[in-house]
Amino acid sequence: MTQSILPERREVVMLQSAEMKRSNLSRRKMINRAFSTIGLLAILIAMATLVALLFDLVIDGVPHLSYDFFFNFPSRVASRAGILSSWVGTLLVMFVTALTAIPMGIGAAIYLEEYARKSWVTDIIEINVNNLAGVPSIIYGLLALGLFVYGLGLGRSILTAGLTLALLILPIIIVATREALRSVPLSVREAAYALGATRWQMISDHVLPYSVPGIMTGVIIGLARAIGETAPLVTIGALTFIAFLPTPPISSEFPFISFQWLMDPFTVLPIQVFNWVSRPGSDFQGNAAATALVLLLLTLAMNGLAIYVRYRLRKKIKW
Amino acid sequence: MAVTAQSERFKKRSRPKERFIEMLLFLAAFSSVIVTVSIVFILVYESATFFANVSIVDFLTDTMWTPLFSNPRYGILPLLSGTLLSTAVALVVAVPLGMIAAIYLSEFAPPRVREIVKPLLEILSGVPTVIYGYFALLFVTPLLQATILPNLPGFNILGPGSVIGIMIVPYISSVSEDAMRAVPDYLREGSYAMGATRLQTALRVVVPAAISGIAAAIVLGISRAVGETMVVAIAAGQQPNLTIDPTQPAATITAYIVQVALGDLPHGSIGYQSIFAAGLTLMLLTLFFNLAAYFLRRRFREVYE
Repeated sequence: MTQSILPERREVVMLQSAEMKRSNLSRRKMINRAFSTIGLLAILIAMATLVALLFDLVIDGVPHLSYDFFFNFPSRVASRAGILSSWVGTLLVMFVTALTAIPMGIGAAIYLEEYARKSWVTDIIEINVNNLAGVPSIIYGLLALGLFVYGLGLGRSILTAGLTLALLILPIIIVATREALRSVPLSVREAAYALGATRWQMISDHVLPYSVPGIMTGVIIGLARAIGETAPLVTIGALTFIAFLPTPPISSEFPFISFQWLMDPFTVLPIQVFNWVSRPGSDFQGNAAATALVLLLLTLAMNGLAIYVRYRLRKKIKW
Repeated sequence: MAVTAQSERFKKRSRPKERFIEMLLFLAAFSSVIVTVSIVFILVYESATFFANVSIVDFLTDTMWTPLFSNPRYGILPLLSGTLLSTAVALVVAVPLGMIAAIYLSEFAPPRVREIVKPLLEILSGVPTVIYGYFALLFVTPLLQATILPNLPGFNILGPGSVIGIMIVPYISSVSEDAMRAVPDYLREGSYAMGATRLQTALRVVVPAAISGIAAAIVLGISRAVGETMVVAIAAGQQPNLTIDPTQPAATITAYIVQVALGDLPHGSIGYQSIFAAGLTLMLLTLFFNLAAYFLRRRFREVYE
């Protein structure tokens, strides 16, 4: 008797466990599929925030955008207030920032990538650049307040603001440039040396031209960051009510070129947003939204340009 | 013989232009060190004058921060609590979203989806923070008031904290994704061979293997949130408040610096110096987190590269 039952039992047990396995597997597969959806959902939540932000700015801001808005000075009357002084200020500050940060950043990157021998000085510079990238922007504001505004007596000027933002984006440009330089293969360098080029000839005639798209991407991303940066400029005490333009750089009298504008007080787009958004009452909130929209489109356009440049570079150059 | 002499001369020929260029480039690289030294010098120098007037014990233990009142008290705790509270709210939002997004992008998403989603996520960290401040004050807080928290004050930590959370999602997701993608495929294949699904492999094999990289990503996110200024300065109110309730208004270290800078305090006054003491505290806080992230990341690199 027992002998005839045992195989049957075994079969039942086997059937059961196969069924269990199958249902376990289908459950696990279901959870797996569910996670696919959850993953997309998480990304959608983040994206939805971006869309909500954009819509909010468009709804509040677009009615205020007009020709006058771009060419009026700030005013105590919300409907007459415009952003002339702030976009001119942004333009001039960015000019100083670019002129300082681009050569310094690229120079530093070339040194670290092409010249630096392994030494403790190089190590310190490396660690330091990485560390600077993590310093909160407002700390740069404190540096500028102590060093540029009072230490060097540059005041709360366009020059101070431009230099502050240049220091802030220096690590971004250095890191991007190094990456671009590193992606140029060694064979290019060796070929240049083999033809008798000096190190600098090799770099300036061969390595740099190949790295231009990568460097440009870094520079644009850095400037896009600088254009929206508010905290360090607020910290140096940038005035918020500026109803005049800086001294024009070109004059009709001798010597025709003036650098007085570097020392002039200024305001920039993000500070104008901050000023208007922190006013009590809702009169100026529409102005703030309109200015924020202009600023956002500007940064998005710059980031888009950076992505486009990187994309084109990837297509064009194949080693 | 002639050839050697010539090559000898070639070697010895000094190239002043080359040397000059190398010097210039070295100066550019070294300037970053000068920046750091200046930051540390300015913060320590101004703080030293501050601590000559305020005892460091009071600074660390007093529960009131009222430097601008007639009877000033200088306890950093309320600012510290505001900073940590907004960071905590940000993490509650950012860690789940960032981690899920990272796991999805690294283990589930088809390459084309990844290529589209990654730059889109990066945009989140590219939006100027002052705009996030506007959004927190005039969209998120009213939204919370209209839906789940009708008694929420107009200035609070919850709104700006969660906006900062969204802002740091790309930092957390992209660094953790890099860490997960660096996990060698044979580990995944081993897990699949045992019959595990993608999700099981992701959670039990890939995430544990990449854990120090993921921890580094979160710590970097913390460091960002701690140093974030404009969102809290605009939307959290600028009232120092020793609380652990995120629905209350409070000031962070960064918001205090902005508040003082707007008030135009005379150079050299104790109020002026107090922002440097606050800045020094902030710097030490972020330095701690950045160093932690650096070591976590290095440990993780040593394992697989």
